[in-house]
Amino acid sequence: MSETRSHHDMGGVSKFLCEPIDTGAHALTDFDREVDAIRGLLGAKGVMSVDELRRGIEAIPEAQYHRMGYYQRWIRSIADNLIARGVITEAELAEALR
Amino acid sequence: MIAAGAAVRVRDDWPEARGKVHIRTPHYLRGRAGTVVRHLGDFPNPEDLAFARPAARLPLYHVAFDARSIWPDAAADELLVEIYEPWLEPAP
Repeated sequence: MSETRSHHDMGGVSKFLCEPIDTGAHALTDFDREVDAIRGLLGAKGVMSVDELRRGIEAIPEAQYHRMGYYQRWIRSIADNLIARGVITEAELAEALR
Repeated sequence: MIAAGAAVRVRDDWPEARGKVHIRTPHYLRGRAGTVVRHLGDFPNPEDLAFARPAARLPLYHVAFDARSIWPDAAADELLVEIYEPWLEPAP
């Protein structure tokens, strides 16, 4: 039945038990801090909840999901949520990333 | 409200196979039997919050599972997982 699971629902899946988990503290990059700050601001302003953040992360296609880092998934979800909500347009995002 | 000590089973339901959802009940617990340890409080349903829909407050429980009942090769251990009430049914 577990084939029905969503790709992000990885707890207890044997393919992810092959390598030990690095449980040490990870240094945060400036990018990580900035993404976290953006999420905090959007939450404080009532634009987007952590639940919506998680749904957006889970909606990232599997191949991309596994290539992305933790905060890369966050910013992808934030961008998708803001576009879906009409806060920004795809054109504005593309322009800002040029 | 489900009392502490009650024998329960996690519903063997797979909403992710039916469309876009956000669920907090891990795949490996679907259909598994456990024991309610405590009521943690009532919280807005994250399955609705994730889509910015109005969310009813639902009872959330700590439910304990025998690790070896889920993974036969596991060491003797107990799994304690937070599960919302609609996912629980009385164990037969």
